Amino acid sequence: MKAVLVIEDGSYYTGEAFGAFGEAFGEIVFNTSMTGYQEITTDPSYNGQMVVMTYPLIGNYGFNNDDNESYKTHIQGFIVKEFCDHASNWRINQKNEEYFKFKNIVGIKNIDTRKLTQELRKNGTMFGVISTKTGNTKTLLESLKKEKEKKRNLVMEVTTKVPINHLGKGKKIVLIDFGTKYNIPRILENLSCNLSILPAYSNYKEILKYNPDGIVLSNGPGNPEDLPDIIETIKRLLGEKPILGICLGHQLLGLALGGKTYKLKFGHHGSNHPVKDLQTNKCYITSQNHNYALSNEIDSSVEITHINLNDSTIEGFKHKNLKVLSIQYHPEASPGPTDSGYIFNEFLSIL
Amino acid sequence: MPKRKEIKKVLVIGSGPIIIGQAAEFDYSGSQACRSLMEEGIEVILINSNPATIMTDKETADKIYIEPLTLEFVKKVIFKEKPDGILATLGGQTGLNIATQLVDDGILDKFDIELLGTSPDSIKRAEDRELFRKTMLDINENIPQSIIINNINDGMKFIKKLGFPIIIRPAYTLGGTGSGIAENMDEFINICSKGLQLSMINQVLLEQCVSGWKEIEYEVMRDGNDNCITICNMENFDPVGVHTGDSIVIAPSQTLSDKEYQMLRTASIKIIRNLKIKGGCNIQFALHPKSFNYVVIEVNPRLSRSSALASKATGYPIARVAAKIAIGYSLDEIKNSVTQSTSAFFEPALDYVVTKVPRWPFDKFVSANKQLGTQMKSTGEVMAIGRTFEESLLKAIDSLDIKLTYQLGLSLFENKSADELSVFIKKPTNDRIFAICKALQKGVTVKEIVSLTGIDEFFIFKLSKIVELASEIQNTGIAWLDYNIYSRAKKMGFGDSYISNLVNVDLNEIRALKSKYPIKPVYKIVDTCAGEFEAKTPYYYSTYEEDDDDIKITGTKKILVIGSGPIRIGQGIEFDYCSVNCVKKLKELGFESIIINNNPETVSTDFDTSDKLYFEPLTKECILDIITKEKPMGIIVQFGGQTAINLAYDLKNEGVNILGTSIENIDLSENRERFLNLLSDLKIPLPLGKTAFSLDEAINIASEIGYPVLVRPSYVLGGRAMEIINNDKTLVEYMKLAVDISTKHPILIDKYINGKEIEVDGICDGNNVLIPGIMEHIERAGIHSGDSFAVYPPQKLSNNLKNIIVDYSIKIAQALNVIGLFNIQFVIDNKDRIYVLEVNPRASRTVPILSKITGIPMVNIATQLIMGKTLKDLNYQLGLAKESKFIAVKAPVFSFSKITDLDTYLGPEMKSTGEVMGVDKDYNKALYKAFISAGYSIPTSGNILISLSDFDKKYSISMVKTLINLNFSVLATTNTYKYLLNNNIDNVELISYDNALELLKDNKLVLIINTPRKGKNNQTFGYSLRRISVEYNINCITSIDTANAFINTIKNTQNIKNLDVYPLNNYNINYLMQN
Ligand SMILES: Nc1ncnc2c1ncn2[C@@H]1O[C@H](COP(=O)(O)OP(=O)(O)O)[C@@H](O)[C@H]1O
Ligand SMILES: Nc1ncnc2c1ncn2[C@@H]1O[C@H](COP(=O)(O)OP(=O)(O)O)[C@@H](O)[C@H]1O
Ligand SMILES: [Mg+2]
Ligand SMILES: [Mg+2]
Repeated sequence: MKAVLVIEDGSYYTGEAFGAFGEAFGEIVFNTSMTGYQEITTDPSYNGQMVVMTYPLIGNYGFNNDDNESYKTHIQGFIVKEFCDHASNWRINQKNEEYFKFKNIVGIKNIDTRKLTQELRKNGTMFGVISTKTGNTKTLLESLKKEKEKKRNLVMEVTTKVPINHLGKGKKIVLIDFGTKYNIPRILENLSCNLSILPAYSNYKEILKYNPDGIVLSNGPGNPEDLPDIIETIKRLLGEKPILGICLGHQLLGLALGGKTYKLKFGHHGSNHPVKDLQTNKCYITSQNHNYALSNEIDSSVEITHINLNDSTIEGFKHKNLKVLSIQYHPEASPGPTDSGYIFNEFLSIL
Repeated sequence: MPKRKEIKKVLVIGSGPIIIGQAAEFDYSGSQACRSLMEEGIEVILINSNPATIMTDKETADKIYIEPLTLEFVKKVIFKEKPDGILATLGGQTGLNIATQLVDDGILDKFDIELLGTSPDSIKRAEDRELFRKTMLDINENIPQSIIINNINDGMKFIKKLGFPIIIRPAYTLGGTGSGIAENMDEFINICSKGLQLSMINQVLLEQCVSGWKEIEYEVMRDGNDNCITICNMENFDPVGVHTGDSIVIAPSQTLSDKEYQMLRTASIKIIRNLKIKGGCNIQFALHPKSFNYVVIEVNPRLSRSSALASKATGYPIARVAAKIAIGYSLDEIKNSVTQSTSAFFEPALDYVVTKVPRWPFDKFVSANKQLGTQMKSTGEVMAIGRTFEESLLKAIDSLDIKLTYQLGLSLFENKSADELSVFIKKPTNDRIFAICKALQKGVTVKEIVSLTGIDEFFIFKLSKIVELASEIQNTGIAWLDYNIYSRAKKMGFGDSYISNLVNVDLNEIRALKSKYPIKPVYKIVDTCAGEFEAKTPYYYSTYEEDDDDIKITGTKKILVIGSGPIRIGQGIEFDYCSVNCVKKLKELGFESIIINNNPETVSTDFDTSDKLYFEPLTKECILDIITKEKPMGIIVQFGGQTAINLAYDLKNEGVNILGTSIENIDLSENRERFLNLLSDLKIPLPLGKTAFSLDEAINIASEIGYPVLVRPSYVLGGRAMEIINNDKTLVEYMKLAVDISTKHPILIDKYINGKEIEVDGICDGNNVLIPGIMEHIERAGIHSGDSFAVYPPQKLSNNLKNIIVDYSIKIAQALNVIGLFNIQFVIDNKDRIYVLEVNPRASRTVPILSKITGIPMVNIATQLIMGKTLKDLNYQLGLAKESKFIAVKAPVFSFSKITDLDTYLGPEMKSTGEVMGVDKDYNKALYKAFISAGYSIPTSGNILISLSDFDKKYSISMVKTLINLNFSVLATTNTYKYLLNNNIDNVELISYDNALELLKDNKLVLIINTPRKGKNNQTFGYSLRRISVEYNINCITSIDTANAFINTIKNTQNIKNLDVYPLNNYNINYLMQN
């Protein structure tokens, strides 16, 4: 079956459909990870986005029950060169095609993903639509424009509706869920934390009610500046409890501390992003997935601890007198290198 | 950590001759490292015994020693140069072993010289099986259960516990020499005893066999600041049990989930951290196909074949970065030479698939055992890049430059039934993948093949898709080959030649479709970052997709140079040396240089060697596509070996402008009949010869010109299927064999001339000729020029003969209107009559040797002539250049220990994989160095066994006398013994065949001289003798002439104690005209 990808600048790519039938809208970002497509499709941070995988062979090892990063898939659409029609791996428990139908993701394959990636690199992230219904780019372009106007609260869409508790003997941790990947709670549990996952919009009181030893602000989708109330809450929590910010959580922390954020041209999405820890001069390969970053003019109370070796954007900071750690990348990996897992222990050690 | 200021002078250790398991990859990593050090203002000293390398070119280092890679000689260089540091991790296993010896010797402490990069301790912990095992267990990484033994009995208990199969692996060997898998006690005892012999520290490891698991490799780097990255991982198509060097390898891994990928990546980094490697290393894992269990198979604490492959596969210059790390830089301080903007601390992201396919010597060694195992057998490899696995695999197979039947699902194995094939593919062989495809075609299911071979279903299914389309194309035939199916074929990676063979029409008919529809490839860049950053690398591959990357097609002043493809017997690294030097010169002359090649081991495929690199199959189609895109002024074929020459004919017919010697004249030299006429016009004699098209004809011709005769199919490279034949009987046998080797071509029958062989390399501008030097073979004609020792300048050649040879050479070059390089082989019979054996109007094996010893930059000059200059313009003296005061002896090097059951006697069929050069002011010293470099150990006492063919006996007398005077005890087999006795040499001991073999196995022989009677037969005593001597690593000389030279060397050893070493730069004298 035919499919088409139409981009807001008017360009389009014709390919073949896979997965669900229909139309999908979203901001198109490219991800350079060579493995981990299952983790990517289920990462809530992608809510509102369509992902193009730069690695051409996707689906080789199928899908399994263990590698999901949330209860559902969040990418709006999936764009690949080749979608494997005969996956092979001992953990597979669903055919690729079925998985995507079942998860209701519209996919397009057999397009020149390298060309598309280079367009995105040159022109920055763009909005697009995948359609398996019509090849009429004119009408698709119009509906795309409409869709783009819509204001969505991406975090609200993905955060847990009710608090979830994972009892543990260790430290009491509150994880505020802006769209957390499963692997953050997984790791905290393995560190035997006594964990409570709270909805994104829990207020100051509700959070402190749990009397946590520390608070973790999770990753999540979208623009941090769209979340003023949450930023307010974080402002109040500062100083009350030690806080660890991850990805969106990191950006929110930065804003709460009087910093600014800005949108990167095409973001960081991949498993190979080099980060330097300025305190130790050690470098780490990190897993990253974000379109916004903290700008350099930040409060003097804050010390920058990590930078990106590619574009020297801020990758982490700590507060000079408060117990506040914050990193832009994903210490929980999944997908990607596990080199930065130590961050969690570091945080627990200061509680 | 910035560069360490105190390191001003570094000695780099090369890897020596090309042998199976250690090929051009170390010329690539070595020369890249040298450049990397020189650009840091460090004085670089280099030692390497291999003259055919780019590494040993003047420009590569400040001082270059072409000397034996032994402790003794490396020490001499150290005494002379007093370097601050030594870099040994780029010289393969050879370099690493030298490093270990230097450390143990204490000389490094004495002069406080630092072993740069990975420390001796780290090397030991990775290389010594016991220490390695301990290390892995300490950091609880699993390795196969194993024990170290120094004698067989210790092994028995372990086997009782673990049972068979069991794998046996000697410590400190390369390419898996001596290792193997034993299924039962006999095999165990056999492999184990050899293994103990071969190990430098006679120690072998018995190990749990994990055959059938997935074999995964990681290329890892670490700097002094403990920063670690993995450059890429690679998945072997063949499961564990087939040496990675003999396996099809895919980068990146295809069947690993992120969890598996990261599990092994994390392990790799843990391992490199713990071993404290400084630079690059290669880690091999066996991953259980149905669980997260894995074991560490091996860590190579150095650059390797795999790191060269990884560099080419990702664009990440591992050697360059490793060298910088060695002198103190940390990864984040080193610039990423691809993006020019980011740092070297990053992990490449690929947006294509890379497939490597090995190139085996079995097209030459027709009789050899083709089964693959834990010991490497391939001489070289090809790599191809595509946007799908199918595309990269098919392109790789097209790159192999082997018979067309070797295309998936074609005639090969057609005559085997599905059942026969199912049996055949159980055991890994060089052509298993072709059998698998044929089996699929004949209805064996994917699942069945998976269970028979243990190859992952992912790959077999991909093969089945290729086979499906191949069959579909076969059925459509040319008539129905429409746009739809043709474009599908191209997208999947089918080459036009493959398609034309499937529908059996002429290649041009398919090319016509390509322009009719039209379908053309696009070219994408290898940029290390999957398009995330703008890349500066001019490193391209073709694929069939929407759009080109933005490749700058600029100007018209550009030249395309055709590379020589995979390293194989008869076409080695020397042609890469030539191509690279050609490109260098073209750049200097202000041309844009473009290289097309497919060998990942080489310098020519380093992205900053030429202005543009197209990593593509060397096929008519791919070359023409590039020409259509780039529109170069012309192409140069004479440096790419026979591969490029063979392509030239087709390209010419397509109107391509071939620069240098014209195709007509190349044909004139290669086409038998035309060549005969030419020489008779020139009044230059050839050995009597005729062409036979049938058996009867052959027999008549033979009796007409008289035995012995030399027979061969027309148009051959490396003397394939060439044989010296003494009687009708063997002639008949030969014809049966040879004719089905190549039906298209008739058989050539020449008078065999038993005389001195001479080799000439010259440069001609179309009318004037410069002959840098003449080389004189030590062995008489009949042993392939590639396999014989050769001396420059000639030691036993009268001026008169020299003059005639020069005169002949000039006449021939002029007659062929050669523009560029040419090579001529002569034979001189006992009446001093000179005959021409062969003319090659192209670069030859001896070009790098002569260039280096004489200092005449042959390729550099040839390139200028090709681009229109004359020798006069360049101000060179004409004719034979005056002889250098230095003497060079070239010695062949063989890889017999890897090709089990290949008869090792030498003949007109080439068998060597590499060569070394001994240089000195004195002939005997040069010869001595050559023997040492070639791996001979010079005995001073002990038993020497002599067993000669009747033909050679007469040459043996003085030789034996010498040996006796030197107090060797000489043992001879019956006939040789009788002969010697009759010539009243009585203090020789008679020995029976059986006793001889016993002594050999008990390591009681120091040398064997065995010249086979012609007409080989694998059952003879001679054969066993030769084979066993290889397995037990004892010198066995099979040519009486080599033997004489060797025994003279033994005799001289006393007098030549104080050997000196000389840097290349000293050899040279001025050849320019004084005006
Ligand atoms: N325990 C084992 N069981 C089965 N095969 C093995 C085992 N160890 C190694 N091999 C096979 O032997 C090959 C060569 O072994 P390796 O340790 O890599 O030696 P080398 O130094 O020659 O690379 C490997 O590529 C692998 O396929
Ligand atoms: N007529 C001959 N008499 C004696 N030896 C010969 C003769 N022809 C060829 N040879 C031997 O065979 C070797 C290979 O022959 P050649 O024509 O050079 O083949 P190739 O193309 O492989 O170099 C030569 O190096 C020479 O030693
Ligand atoms: Mg190995
Ligand atoms: Mg020859």
